[in-house]
Amino acid sequence: MIKENILFLPLVIHLFAAIIMLFGWGKVWFQRWFSMGSNALAVALSAWLFLVVWKGGILTAHAGGWAPPFGITLVADTLSVSLVLITSIIGLAVSIFSAASIISQRVKFGYFPILQILILGLNGAFLTGDLFNLYVWFEIIIISSFVLLTIGGERVQLEAAVKYFTLNMLSSIIFLTAIAIVYGLTGTLNMADLALKIPAVEQTHLVELTAILFLAGFGTKAAIFPFYFWLPSSYHTPPDAVSAIFGGLLTKLGVYAIIRVFSLLYADSALINEILSIAAGCTILAGASAAIVQNNLRKIFSYLIICHIGFMIAGIAMGSALALVGVIFYLFHDIVVKTNLFMLAGLTHRITGTSSLRDLGGIYDKYPLIALLLAVPLFSLVGVPPLSGFWPKLALITAGFSDSRWIMTGFIILGSFLTLLAIAKVWAEVFWKTPPEFSVRPNFTFWEKFENKRKLMYLLPIGFLSAISLFIGFGAGWVQVVAERISAELSDTLHYVNAVLQLPNI
Amino acid sequence: MNLLLAIVTGLLYAAGLYLVLRRSLVKLILGLILLGNGVNLLIFLMGRLVKGHPPIIADGKVIVDGIFADPVPQALILTAIVISFGLQSFAIILIQRVYKVVKTDDLDEINTTDDYA
Repeated sequence: MIKENILFLPLVIHLFAAIIMLFGWGKVWFQRWFSMGSNALAVALSAWLFLVVWKGGILTAHAGGWAPPFGITLVADTLSVSLVLITSIIGLAVSIFSAASIISQRVKFGYFPILQILILGLNGAFLTGDLFNLYVWFEIIIISSFVLLTIGGERVQLEAAVKYFTLNMLSSIIFLTAIAIVYGLTGTLNMADLALKIPAVEQTHLVELTAILFLAGFGTKAAIFPFYFWLPSSYHTPPDAVSAIFGGLLTKLGVYAIIRVFSLLYADSALINEILSIAAGCTILAGASAAIVQNNLRKIFSYLIICHIGFMIAGIAMGSALALVGVIFYLFHDIVVKTNLFMLAGLTHRITGTSSLRDLGGIYDKYPLIALLLAVPLFSLVGVPPLSGFWPKLALITAGFSDSRWIMTGFIILGSFLTLLAIAKVWAEVFWKTPPEFSVRPNFTFWEKFENKRKLMYLLPIGFLSAISLFIGFGAGWVQVVAERISAELSDTLHYVNAVLQLPNI
Repeated sequence: MNLLLAIVTGLLYAAGLYLVLRRSLVKLILGLILLGNGVNLLIFLMGRLVKGHPPIIADGKVIVDGIFADPVPQALILTAIVISFGLQSFAIILIQRVYKVVKTDDLDEINTTDDYA
């Protein structure tokens, strides 16, 4: 087997899994187990790809044998493969959680095949080295996310879908406009080739225009400051498993696209850095201040997503090597923790029958062990040392101080405090408070009525992701090594370009 | 021809944005469709319009001589059209479902997702 073909494995596995599941349409039991099995296999394959790239350096594959830059290129550098690995881990956790929590009517509408296509799209977007191909993967992701968001067709879901759909369509159109102008300026779409050709373009004002269009397009996906309004009005409406994968991965894809495109195409653009700095401060403030006043548990987590996207954007705006290490580390930590938080919200909803902070409570009294398990993601998010949130924040704040970016560092510290406040409120209201009275809901199966196997399938993915959070926290040294290598690769664009275009390294 | 296409593209963007800002669900979708068409035309325009020079390599040559029409933008547009066709059909079904459930097409009344609950 040719070595490059390993690159296709994380894509092929999800594509085939989705197709095979279409043959089992309506067979709930088959789809649940097959989804878990294929995702477990995907974790193994992604880990293999990670090891190959870790040992052998950047791996590229050229679709159809077209020499670069003419065909579509898939590029696996360390950033891509780490994100593919994390995506498949999240995919496994969410498919176990879905098997336990998604009701069979939704499964019969094709929930699991669409979930596979969503993960396929994410992996494709992380691995592609071509700008237009990135757009195509984005579209695959948004169309499968539309279906996941609306599946079941409840009123809130449909209303949320209108907003989610409109803004995601708009951002895709802006992104495509930018691609069109970039193609008109340079005549190429290969990102490595663009990295060479963009600096040579004479119409610098048009180049800046495309940079701003890219920023608006990716910024809407990533939910940064003026473009985030679709997120808190849609993420709390679908089933918990869907919120979990959306909250964990979709906004981070926008952050990945910003890192990738701006590090390659518009390195050291002062204008972009300034815009990103302002957007980062506003994003942190808007997300955090809204999170502390919300009442719905999932809405609090939605606003916290926005707040923490702000941390990453702040790190990207600082741009130093240490700040990038912080951003990459934060990205890994945040994907795992945010997915876990939405699964936590699903579990508490199952136990108490509500997501409203007013009616929640008493979980610590009734289920102390579950409360202990749920404490891990909550405290990791806040960044209690030595849990996983602490190290990237340390890197970001150190980078801020050493570059004398006082205001930005101040915003990061303020955002951390407000996160602490929001999480303390969640902890007090959900776990410590005595609930007002036990809500009675017909047609709702409460946690205590579940059989043990189903309880285990609820707790297993939360425990799994908590264990990964703990690993990121206690094994921070290893993650730091990965993040430092990624940061070095991102700063050294020439290396990436040479690997993709098959030029000799100087 | 270039100027005409540029003006049409601009008009499609302007009309699309205007419709997206309206309160009606149907106009919102129409606006998105117009914007999608506008961006397709923009890609076409950005690939440089060349008339009567297909990118075909003559016998005995290795590369195309002289000016030729760039085939890449056409491939891009084709892909973009297929994608936007899929998204638009989803959108039309979506607004039909929304109208059945919510019984209004006024976007200002579709706001239960933002309730403080």
